[in-house]
Amino acid sequence: MSPVVKRKREKFSIPSKYLLLILTGVCITLMAITFLTDYTPATVNKVAGYIIVPFQNGVSRVGSWISTRVDELGELRIVLQENQELKEQIAELTIQNTQLQQDKYELNNLRELYKLDEQYSGYEKVGARIIARDTGNWFRAFTIDKGLDDGLTIDMNVIAGGGLVGRIIDIGPNWAKVNSIINDDSNVSGMVLASSDTMIVKGSLQLMAESKIGFEQLTDSKNQVEIGDKIVTSNISNKYLPGILIGYISEIAQDSNNITKSGTLTPAVDFEHLEEVLVILETKQQIED
Amino acid sequence: MKRNIAMIFVILAGFILQTTVFQALSFGGIAPNLLIIITASYGFMFGRRYGMTVGFICGLLMDIFYGSVLGFYALIYLYIGAANGVFRRVFYQNDIMLPIALITASDFVYSFICYILLFLLRGRFQFTFYLKNIILPEIIYTIFVTVFLYPCILLLNKALENTKKRGDHKIV
Repeated sequence: MSPVVKRKREKFSIPSKYLLLILTGVCITLMAITFLTDYTPATVNKVAGYIIVPFQNGVSRVGSWISTRVDELGELRIVLQENQELKEQIAELTIQNTQLQQDKYELNNLRELYKLDEQYSGYEKVGARIIARDTGNWFRAFTIDKGLDDGLTIDMNVIAGGGLVGRIIDIGPNWAKVNSIINDDSNVSGMVLASSDTMIVKGSLQLMAESKIGFEQLTDSKNQVEIGDKIVTSNISNKYLPGILIGYISEIAQDSNNITKSGTLTPAVDFEHLEEVLVILETKQQIED
Repeated sequence: MKRNIAMIFVILAGFILQTTVFQALSFGGIAPNLLIIITASYGFMFGRRYGMTVGFICGLLMDIFYGSVLGFYALIYLYIGAANGVFRRVFYQNDIMLPIALITASDFVYSFICYILLFLLRGRFQFTFYLKNIILPEIIYTIFVTVFLYPCILLLNKALENTKKRGDHKIV
């Protein structure tokens, strides 16, 4: 204390050695606090939200505009080439189209017959826009432009295009952080729709490159589960609502223990091109109450 | 004082750009690491104290928005900033090789620590995969961005110093 006070006439400064120690201490304390207690930094979230989020909101609009333009340029060449080929196909397709329309009519009838209405159409949902993504390349979390003020809370499920995207893991007044199910640190309890066999759907950075998710611990003693089977969220999870579509099995193999199976599945959501998502305004805990 | 305000401005701009524009412009899901560029630049341009402060703020921003544990990224960035501060003695403004080398090294160290603490400890052992698909692309993209971003930071701070000197003359 005293050396600082003595030099008060000079510019106030702490030797960098001590500054390093102090900041290290601060970091470790913060880590200890988040690890050991359930404390969520609500005030920090609030302040950060008011400073950063409005900018992200605006700039992300510019960013998506630029990326669309870049994509357009690259696609122009391919499009010209494709145009030629497509014209030839049109004639062929016109014939097929008639056939398909007939099939479609039949399909619609069948759907009505089986009442394949998706279970989660009953939930109340709110739309949100993705305004920012994780800064690092290791994880795929993203920020949406709705938060506590819009009635969102932590653990609410996020869906897009009929499939599960993830859940809210952190929240501020006007933003919420969503952890997607393809993330390396995400585990979802899933279920094969046809046979009700449960499994753990596990995101993986390695599989992300092929836009797939891994699953493991599938007990399928009757060997019923096949490639292409629908996977939905199971009843067991305490975070995810039951019956939300996760994806379709694309690979399956017996584990070396001969009891369980593991493999990969193709998610129902296109995570590369997510822009808008739907947040289900109910959490699993609420429903159980 | 002016430098500090500029510093906060640069950090916020870097963070906002990185989470929005550069995520949209990412190649194959890989975005450059602007915060490392800023942290390292302030480190070797102005010494350890600035490196540490900038690193700490950058890391804390990441923690608040994307970290699972508050203080984790702050600690990594803090030490990267401090380490870069040591090289202030051999830093010359006209030399671009040292900044690029330091930023490359910083980004590699950062990625490597991330891999060890966030992936290796959870049993993800395929280091070559992560090296090839995440670490190296990120470093290359970061260097590419450095070539444009670093002169901007340098110019900004040069301009600030010039106004400062002129101000001093007036008083004298």
